Amino acid sequence: MDIFFLVMGMGLCILVLFVLYRVVYGPGVFNRVAALSAIGNKTLIILLIMGFVYHRVEMFIDISMVYALLNFIGTIAASKYLEMEGSIV
Amino acid sequence: MNIGTLLAIVFMVGGLFFFTTATIGLLRFPDFFTRLHATGKGDTLAVLLFLIGFFLYEGFTITGLKIVFIAVFMFLAQPTATHALSRAGLRCGVIPWMKKGDTK
Repeated sequence: MDIFFLVMGMGLCILVLFVLYRVVYGPGVFNRVAALSAIGNKTLIILLIMGFVYHRVEMFIDISMVYALLNFIGTIAASKYLEMEGSIV
Repeated sequence: MNIGTLLAIVFMVGGLFFFTTATIGLLRFPDFFTRLHATGKGDTLAVLLFLIGFFLYEGFTITGLKIVFIAVFMFLAQPTATHALSRAGLRCGVIPWMKKGDTK
């Protein structure tokens, strides 16, 4: 089962590298914010997988919960700020 | 290997599949709204499938309860964030992608 979790974590890390292309080269700031939100979702799952690999889930679950809250608040704050700022695209 | 672990493996492989499709959509679609359409729904479903798999692997403990809490929170928060981001994009004047001869 440890091998399975390691393979899942490596697949998610490769997906994060692909999404990072959209963060770096994406046209405009909105594409970058959307891609950062997607990276945050993948990071939440990677943190839980690290907990299962190290047999320390009861510690990593709290970090993952805080990461979910911060990802949500960050996306909402960025979208509200861009909406307030006007057309900068 | 009992039945819960087997079901957990099935759910996690499904979650990785939906993460992959959401990433392909984010990379390949032509403009901001279609990319957000792919990644908003695909990522929500993938996170939920992964968390159900973790819950089935962990069982009914306090950690499993926290995993269920994260699942409920993500199910509420992710569509809210996607909606706020797309509304900000529309109000800031991101032009939606259309077909060639289409004016409206």
